[in-house]
Amino acid sequence: MLLVGLSADTVQRLPERDNRENLTPQVALGKKVWEDNNCLGCHTLLGEGAYFAPELGNVYVRYGNSKEAIKGFITSRPVDGIPGRRSMPQFNMSEEELDAIAEFLKYMSEIDTNDWPPNVQG
Amino acid sequence: MKYQSQKVAKPYFIAAIGLFVGQILFGLIMGLQYVVGDFLFPEIPFNVARMVHTNLLIVWLLFGFMGSTYYMVPEESKTELYSPKLAMLLFWVFLVAGALTIVGYLAVPYARLAELTGNDLLPTMGREFLEQPTITKIGIVIVALGFLFNVGMTLLRGRKTVITMVLFLGLVGLAVFFLFSFYNPHNPVLDKMFWWWVVHLWVEGVWELILGAILAFTLIKVTGVDREVIEKWLYVIIAMALITGLLGTGHHYFFIGTPEYWLWVGSVFSAMEPIPFFMMTLFAFNMVNKRRRQHPNRAAVLWALGTGVMAFLGAGVWGFLHTLAPVNYYTHGSQITAAHGHMAFYGAYVMIVLTMISYAMPMLNGREAANSNKSQVTEMWGFWLMTVSMVFITLFLTGAGILQVYLQRFSDAPLPFMIVQDKIELFYWLREFAGVIFLLGLIVYIVSFFVKGEEARLKPAEQTLVE
Repeated sequence: MLLVGLSADTVQRLPERDNRENLTPQVALGKKVWEDNNCLGCHTLLGEGAYFAPELGNVYVRYGNSKEAIKGFITSRPVDGIPGRRSMPQFNMSEEELDAIAEFLKYMSEIDTNDWPPNVQG
Repeated sequence: MKYQSQKVAKPYFIAAIGLFVGQILFGLIMGLQYVVGDFLFPEIPFNVARMVHTNLLIVWLLFGFMGSTYYMVPEESKTELYSPKLAMLLFWVFLVAGALTIVGYLAVPYARLAELTGNDLLPTMGREFLEQPTITKIGIVIVALGFLFNVGMTLLRGRKTVITMVLFLGLVGLAVFFLFSFYNPHNPVLDKMFWWWVVHLWVEGVWELILGAILAFTLIKVTGVDREVIEKWLYVIIAMALITGLLGTGHHYFFIGTPEYWLWVGSVFSAMEPIPFFMMTLFAFNMVNKRRRQHPNRAAVLWALGTGVMAFLGAGVWGFLHTLAPVNYYTHGSQITAAHGHMAFYGAYVMIVLTMISYAMPMLNGREAANSNKSQVTEMWGFWLMTVSMVFITLFLTGAGILQVYLQRFSDAPLPFMIVQDKIELFYWLREFAGVIFLLGLIVYIVSFFVKGEEARLKPAEQTLVE
């Protein structure tokens, strides 16, 4: 019962913290692209997911507040990987999808997370 | 075995063990990919291997829970199962649906699978542990409903015991909380918040009820201690599990955009989550110490005691290690989390299912109470190899995690993620080595089912205990 009560209270308070004023259709599409490619299967997002690849909740900040840098990284992945090393697959995303995922990651970086992660490295 | 319909448990247990093998093989693939990054790339990228590894775990544990239920409920209720046919039908539906899903993961890129299965109609995919296509999720709900109906009807017409009520409450909770997997709002914070209502309320909530019920059942059987005593323990354990576990959900609400009061709520209540697990340890040891019969199935007793200890270590101790908000600030989403996840799942849920299988399988195979001593010794080798290597997997991941947290988050000059991963490579190699030993243990465990020899018999209680 307490869990339900506190959760209801949390849902009430979320608008102050969850950046929803910026929740555009493009961000929603970005979240869908994120899910359809199972990004969480390697990365963490606000610390949740797999621990094989870097945290992406703050990647927008880490890449110097640049959506172009995020898109550049995604498009430059070699199809056959990098010998001996971990490499992100080449997802062959459309320009629309790339813009959306970059916008989504920017959105994630603007959520009030009680100052997590401790530094820009994630 | 007292009721014919208990036999439906057997295919469930066999499927569980088969899928367990698959889970471990994919675990080894992932472990190798941690150090040889391009292993099987791009055919089986890490995210696919991980989906297979975690989804197989969940599915085989569910097979184990269902098999255990089918074994326990007729005996507890003193009546045959409502419909053994329905149980067998659901078995095949679940197995085929599960197999198709895994084949889907492996055969086509995930985005294509999402497209093929109509994820656009009701998007639920691409979230950790809930990667299954929406249609598979609907299938899981149907199987769960059929299962609950079958078990519920059996309970209604038979004797009601505390054990079956706790078990049924856990199973209903399992089904109900799974429904939150269909809630996938655009708002990522809301999505994350209620995603935990499936994941946390399963493993740190209702699954603990199932765990408690199975442990209580097997302890009654192998120790002969009075049901009243065991039921009292069970009551207290599940009360503590719910009191601490429900609000313990708060330890996932520290850094995902939820309000600051969760830092306190989550820390305080989840700090108490080890209590029910420690009580399970005491419970198992106390009951075995006070046993009124010497059960010939010593392997089952070992598994039951092992569950008590390892669940407390994995879920209790390793959970507490990083559950306080100031600590979790540094450890959140690191290899520390992975270390905890491995030992907690093994110690609590893998071991309780193997406890039940160990206890029930001899009877399901037509023996009076137990396998031959030789078979049991082989099984115990499996127990020790798997359990000890899991301890080492956990320790190596903990070592990796401490270094990772220090280098990436704690030191004065934090390093990038991938640089840190290179530096802690040694621990990943050691973890992989321990994983290979785990697989060996699993093979030995499976071999034990095929070791023949004269059946170990039940001896009259007093006679054995006076000796």
